[in-house]
Amino acid sequence: MAGAPKPDSALQPLLRLLSIRSTGVAPMIAAVVLLVIVVITLLSPWIAPWDPLTMNSLNRLKGPSPEHMLGTDAYGRDLLSRVLIGGRVSLLIGIGAAVVSVALGLLIGLVAGFFRTADAIIMRFMDSLMAIPSILLAIALVALNGPSIGSVIMAITIPEVPRVVRLVRSVVLSAREEPYVEAAIALGSSMPKILFRHLMPNTMAPLIVQGTYIVASAILTEALLSFLGAGVSTEIPTWGNIMAEGRQYFRLKPELILWPGLMLSLCILAINLMGDAARDMLDPKLRKRRE
Amino acid sequence: MLGYMFRRVLAIVPVMFFVALFVFMLLRLTPGDPAAIIAGDAATPAQLERIREAMGLNEPLHVQFISWTGDLLRGDLGTSLISNTPVTTMIGQRIWPTINIALLTISIAVLIAVPMGVLAAWRHRTWVDYTVMSFSVLGFSVPVFVIGYVFILVFAIKLGWLPVQGYQSPSTHGFDGFLRRAILPALTLATIYVALIARMTRASMLEVLGEDYIRTARAKGARERSVLFRHALRNAAVPIMTVIGTGFALLISGVVVTESVFNIPGIGRLTVDAILARDYPVIQAMILLTAGIYVMVNLLIDLSYSLFDPRIRY
Repeated sequence: MAGAPKPDSALQPLLRLLSIRSTGVAPMIAAVVLLVIVVITLLSPWIAPWDPLTMNSLNRLKGPSPEHMLGTDAYGRDLLSRVLIGGRVSLLIGIGAAVVSVALGLLIGLVAGFFRTADAIIMRFMDSLMAIPSILLAIALVALNGPSIGSVIMAITIPEVPRVVRLVRSVVLSAREEPYVEAAIALGSSMPKILFRHLMPNTMAPLIVQGTYIVASAILTEALLSFLGAGVSTEIPTWGNIMAEGRQYFRLKPELILWPGLMLSLCILAINLMGDAARDMLDPKLRKRRE
Repeated sequence: MLGYMFRRVLAIVPVMFFVALFVFMLLRLTPGDPAAIIAGDAATPAQLERIREAMGLNEPLHVQFISWTGDLLRGDLGTSLISNTPVTTMIGQRIWPTINIALLTISIAVLIAVPMGVLAAWRHRTWVDYTVMSFSVLGFSVPVFVIGYVFILVFAIKLGWLPVQGYQSPSTHGFDGFLRRAILPALTLATIYVALIARMTRASMLEVLGEDYIRTARAKGARERSVLFRHALRNAAVPIMTVIGTGFALLISGVVVTESVFNIPGIGRLTVDAILARDYPVIQAMILLTAGIYVMVNLLIDLSYSLFDPRIRY
């Protein structure tokens, strides 16, 4: 069989994603913006001009000045430093929640797609999880489990998992009818081997796209949670926490909400555009249409 | 059709059963004593015992679940631990602002988004299309509360056209007072909904506009507006309706946030306040209620498909 595809096709979508193909300017700009945000937030402990927690009661709610480029908040803390450091926690939670959701969703989805008996029960349960508004579920989970970073990640993950499960399951349902899977079953391959070696690679391309969107939505949910008072402890600066504190002083100093809000929006916008670009690149149907 | 409707309605039962089970287990599976979680750190043993008694926490789990679902089915959603009022009464007091603003939002969203999507598909790959698509991506990315505060800053504080926050009922204060306070929250909520519907309308229209009957309609000399809205949009309607239904979840989540931003005494605020105060009966009831509304809306939309597309028969 000369024309048979190579078995390591799991890597194909990844390679395609990394190869530099011109897909328009927007994803390029998005990539640059995202890179800048990631680099400055990662380096924030070194580049932030002030300690984000140092209070100064003489310097409350000040406007921009040479020492404090974005001014200060209600406790006299430097807003620029807080926004920079805050981005770090927000990005960490976003990426953490996305990784956990994809991993859990992949595992459950593989099982649901392959085993018919498990499928009915798992999918009913997933349907009902999806019927609960995710933000309500998330605030309830944080309120019950305490405001630690881990519990916030869990609260964001649980509502996301069913969406991943559905995606993985739909891919597995069609893939398991393929002759190579039937052959593997007939040959007596072990169940883990069939699931992870033969079925899982099919799910990679859609999961990369979905995972990107989940990072964006997780960062957004983290900000919403903090904003509603059910996020990580208010002592930790995150974009959501800075905005939540700024609500009281919105008439005096709207920048307390606008600056973190701008960073948050830019970040989510950039990730969404990257997701769109990944989808266009990985979806063969769309690619054909464009060429 | 009747058979399908029956099966579709019946399919709700397991979904709502699992929602109820999940909501029930949410508190019981959390590590620690549920009564202590509800009462907080400063509770005395007597207070804890009162809560246990009030919520029946001393009974075995399955007994608690059966008696709780029995109450639910009889329309008893429990009693608030904080205000001691029945949850149904609390919902009754707070639901109208939410319904009014939600209706305004959906009307605004559909009226803006559908023409936008049609226009984008009609002028595919021109600046019109790119503008609509950019707006759509932007709408997905800017968080609801950021949009809300930008609107307040621009229209209420800087321009002074509208009140900053608050709510007035249309029945007691007249429609004008209602609209002046509800328009900003509704626009805020509509942004993400518009983004979602416009994108789906465009995609669905693009597909339909490539069909033979569109060429036929144009060839027989039908006016362009009639081609777009009568021939194309009708046939593109089903996916648009579906996305309006799935987007309803976004609306519910958005309501929670928007009511906090604009200080509206609706059920979104009620829920957030209940969660932060650990008023567990109210939390349970609100999660069940919103899940129920979501399931019902999507049921109605499923059943409405045959109205929009006579080819769909069950």
